[in-house]
This record gives sequence, structure tokens and C-alpha cells, in this order.
Amino acid sequence: MKHDFNELRLDRVTRRFAGHGGHAFNALNELTLTVRRGEFIALLGPSGCGKSTALNCIAGLLPLSGGTIRLDDQRIDTLPPERRGFGMVFQNYALFPHMSVVKNIAFGLRMRGIAQSAIAPRVAHALKLVQLTGQEHKLPGQLSGGQQQRVAIARAIVIEPPLILMDEPLSNLDAKLRLETRSEIRRIHRELGRATIYVTHDQDEALSLADRIVVMKDGVVQQIANPQEVYAQPANLHVARFMGYRNVLHLDVSEENGDRVKVEAPDIKLTGVRKLPLAGKRATVAIRPEEMTIATAPAAENVIAGRVDNVEYGGRDSLVDVVTRGGARLHVRAPVHVAMGADVHVHVPPERVLVYPYDGSDSPAGIP
Amino acid sequence: MSSATATTVNAAPVERVPFDRALLLVIPATLFMLLLFIYPFIYGLVLSFEPPKGDALENYRKFFTTDNLWPTIWTTLKLALPATIINVGVALPIAYKMRVKSRWQRWITTLLVVPITLGTVLIAEGMLTYFGPRGWLAQFLQLLHVYDGPIRLTHNYWGVLISLVISGFPFAFLLILSYVTGIDPVLARAASTLGADPKAQFRHIYLPLLAPGLAMCFCLAFVQAFSVFPSAVLLGAPAGPTRVISIAAYEAAFEQYDYSLASAIAMIMGVVQLVIVAFVLSLRNWFYKGPVTGGKG
Repeated sequence: MKHDFNELRLDRVTRRFAGHGGHAFNALNELTLTVRRGEFIALLGPSGCGKSTALNCIAGLLPLSGGTIRLDDQRIDTLPPERRGFGMVFQNYALFPHMSVVKNIAFGLRMRGIAQSAIAPRVAHALKLVQLTGQEHKLPGQLSGGQQQRVAIARAIVIEPPLILMDEPLSNLDAKLRLETRSEIRRIHRELGRATIYVTHDQDEALSLADRIVVMKDGVVQQIANPQEVYAQPANLHVARFMGYRNVLHLDVSEENGDRVKVEAPDIKLTGVRKLPLAGKRATVAIRPEEMTIATAPAAENVIAGRVDNVEYGGRDSLVDVVTRGGARLHVRAPVHVAMGADVHVHVPPERVLVYPYDGSDSPAGIP
Repeated sequence: MSSATATTVNAAPVERVPFDRALLLVIPATLFMLLLFIYPFIYGLVLSFEPPKGDALENYRKFFTTDNLWPTIWTTLKLALPATIINVGVALPIAYKMRVKSRWQRWITTLLVVPITLGTVLIAEGMLTYFGPRGWLAQFLQLLHVYDGPIRLTHNYWGVLISLVISGFPFAFLLILSYVTGIDPVLARAASTLGADPKAQFRHIYLPLLAPGLAMCFCLAFVQAFSVFPSAVLLGAPAGPTRVISIAAYEAAFEQYDYSLASAIAMIMGVVQLVIVAFVLSLRNWFYKGPVTGGKG
């Protein structure tokens, strides 16, 4: 077991499960990823995308069906979890119900044969780090969900693992606590500087915490990039849908000029940016509701005319549905007040119209 | 707050909790308990203090001074305690192994539980044929010249002990299996990521969480074994080494027709069981007894 490392290299890590009727399916298909020292990686995707499988493979809780995992020059995918020494935070906390807070946190140190006199100060330090001082002798059952999650985090970091694994650690907390604990996790990561792999299905969590995001779908990696890039330049339509590009339109390609593409329908004419090589005359366009603006008078270009069909008030802004003459429905986030049934023009800058190869499968965004 | 409001609150009629008619459903069970357990028990208790001759404590005095009565306590304990320890001790590791779902799990579990469907008398009959001096086991061993001496596994202490293990094991196994599978396996996985090897996972996670269940299982298995009767007669030496306390009670009731003495023996039997059960259950207080999951589900 090492205290720190330079690189954790996952090379074509694959995990197969026996599915219904005996035929196997790949829950995780050839995940290749290099995690650098101190990096915060988020595995992001809808449920069943293989992100938790990937985490369990790294932790050693699931054997690989193929591929290798190396920590610097040491191959670790053949080691049992107790010899990998990674700290793990489980979705349902997995605190030992018969042990007090202190004993839970000290467990990993005891298993490492560390002297009792050395354990106490380290546990106290971990308690301070997660701001749980004063709760030392309570049993997990006497703590609130948020406190239990802090104990779970303290228990994982007190062993000073080279790598911390977190499996949807915030999914059992209520909205307010989730935001607080998220900042806590960010702060703790900054203070300790340990590489962390964080599994989540919440794009906000991934965007706010991670240095790099791995977007997954059906066991296959869709994009590995920093948050800014995943947010603004989704590699494909799956990622775009998952990152909140709610307007997905199928249009005809009328002109391709380098990356600039003109796409159209009888009632819509748009100029956009091509993200992937297009095949054929049809293309699928993705636009974020936040990046459209509503104007009452027509502007120069990239304007769609329509009628307000629905307004959902959301405080700072409203979510406005605009239906075009041809019946296409656009979701627009508008800070201004618009009246139901009003005729409006929707504008979107060309660089924020992302054009992908045609995808006829009109599945809703891959959010569970 | 205005006084008017306070007055109205005070003047409001006290709301009575409406009678929950579903409670009536406990009446049959209560009657059943009263008629078939509480009444006979009290009847027996009173009867035990009304010997045909002598004062109220005559039966108890007689039990503890007669040479073929008081040693039956030890005879029974010598059978029941080892049988219970073997049953719980063997069932625990097997149930622990069976906690993971596998292809074999269901088959092995079924196989181990089959004896629970056999009555004690049936087991005794089978054992006489199998373990007897001219039984299959003896013939087989002698055929292979593994062991040529006489094999005495029936009509003595060992016959009764073996039958107690055969009939008691499935019960202990099923009970412990349900305790083991009730423990969230994610706890052991969490322990493994913290550096606990499988042995340490058992010692630090499973064993402490199982302890209260094991104590309960021990008590139930013990009470079952302590009241041994048919196998002690059929497979043991009911005149000597396996003259258990229930045989003494039976003889008093149906050979000497001294129901009063028989009741006293039954009471003593109950007290011995209670003492052991109370002792084992008091050990539970040393352990954590709460829910065995690791947090919110």
C-alpha cells in the first residue's frame, strides 16, 4: 500500500455480467483513463451507465472481466480490496452500526496495526476536518444523515489513502444538506490534495467538484474533459442531452462551410457549429434553454418566430415554451416576463447552436 | 394569547381515543394461551405443592434427596449443553458460508434442513438401523477393516447426543442463516476497503452483530434439547446414563401415578431451563443490539 502515487492507469477495464437468459452484457466496456496525483475525477452518467461498476472495479470489490489497473508501475487489479488501501465512501454510508463514531473512524487504522496512542490524534484530526467534534461516542444510529455521511468521509480519509473513491455520497441527503456537504467535500479535497474519483448522476455535482469529468452511457465512455468543455462543447448528442441541452431539433443541412453549418426547416433557419462530421442531409441540433433569448422584434440572424405556449415561473427567471408555426417546441429560459400566447422571436448565437449527426432516436434526455 | 382562546381550549371536551376494534382480534389467541398454557401451568404449580402425604414442600425435598431423581438434572444438562454447543457452533460457519447466493447455496440449504421434517421417532428408527451394533455403519467399517472392535453408538449417551444433533441442527442453522443474511453485506465490503481481510471482517463486523442472535438461537436450541424424551428412551439407556429429567417426570406420572411429584419435577425442569436462558440472554447486554444496517437504505 502506498501513500501517494503519480498515476493511476486504467487500461481497457471491462466488466461483464450475466444478464437475463444467460447472455452476458458489458456493464463497463473498455474504460481507459489516467488519474493524476491530486486530481478530482467525476464519473457522470445516468443510472445503469456503468459508473458504479467502474468504481467497484477500482476499489477491488468487483473482479475485472478484462483490462488492467496500474498504480504507477504496480499492477493492482489482482489485489483484494484490503491490499489496495483506497478509501471508499459508500452511497448508504455503510457505517458499522455497533461501533461508536470514534471506533468507526479508527477501524482502518486498527486494521493497519497502528498503535492506540497514534490512533487517537489522527481520529481527532479527521473529526475536526469533517466538523464532527463532540459526537465522538454516539452510535451511527443516533446521528442525522448528514452527520453519518461526514463520519463515512472521515473514516475513508483518516487512513490517508492515495485515492479516495466516492459512490454518490450525496444522493441520500436533502437538497440543502447536499449543497453544504458538496462544498465540504471540495474543501476537504483541497486541504488533503488526495486524488478522488467521484461517482454521480448529477451534472451540477460533477461540474462544481471535478477537475475532469468522465461522461458515460451504457458502459461506454462518451467524453473525458474538464467541466467547462463538457458543459459548453459536449462531444456528442448523448452528452449534450445529459448536460441540459433540452432543445433537440432534427433539421436539414443546407450549407456546410468549414465548421459553420446552415440548417433549416420550413419555419426555422439556423447557423450553427458542427461538432462531429455530418453524414447525409439531416442533422440534429442541440441548444441550451439558457442560451436563447426572447425578443419581440426580429434581429439579424438565427431568429425563430413562434408563440408562447407555456410559462413556468422559476424565481430569477422563467422557463418559457415557444411553439413555432411548424409545431416545434423550444424551451427558453427568459429573465423577462412574457405573456401567454404572445408572438415572440427567439434568438440564439450561432456558436451556441451545436450540430451533431442526425439521430432519429427521439429518446428523452438520459436522466433517470 | 387572549384569555378567550385559552378558555375555549380548556372548555373543549376531552377527546377520547376511539376504541380500536381490531384489538378484538387478540381475544382468540389470549383465550388459547389462558386455557392451554397459563391454566395448566398454574394447575401444575399448585399440584406440585399438594403431595399425597407430607407438607407442601415434600415433593421438592423428595426430588433433591432421592438418588435416582436429582442427578437427572446433570444427566440432562450433560446431553443438552454439548448438543446445543455443537449445533450452534457447526451451524454458524456453515450459515456464514451460505450467506452469498450461489448455485449450490439452495441445494445445500435444502439438504441441511431436511431432518427438520423428520420426527424424533423416525430419526431414532433410522439411527438404530444405521448406527446399531449390526447396523450399516458397523458392517461397512468391519468390511473395510477400518475398525474391527464393537461399535456402540446406540442405547447409550452417544446415541442420544447424535440424535439431538440431527434433529436440532436444521433449526439452529435456519435461525442463524436468517441472522447472517440480515446483515448488510456492504458493511463487510466497507471493512475490506479499510484493510480488513476476510478473517477480520468476520471477527469485527459479523460476529459482534450476530452475537445477540446467536445467544437467542442458543437459548431456543437449548430449551429444545433439554426437554429430550423420545430419543432418550429409544436410543439411550433410560435406566442409566440417559435417564433425563423428562423420563423421571414420566415415571412419576404414569408408572407411580404420583401426578403431584411429576408436576414438581416439571417445575424444576422449567426453573433449570429459565436459569440457563436468563444467563445466556444476560450476556447479550454486552453486545450491540440495534439494527444491523449501515445507514439509510
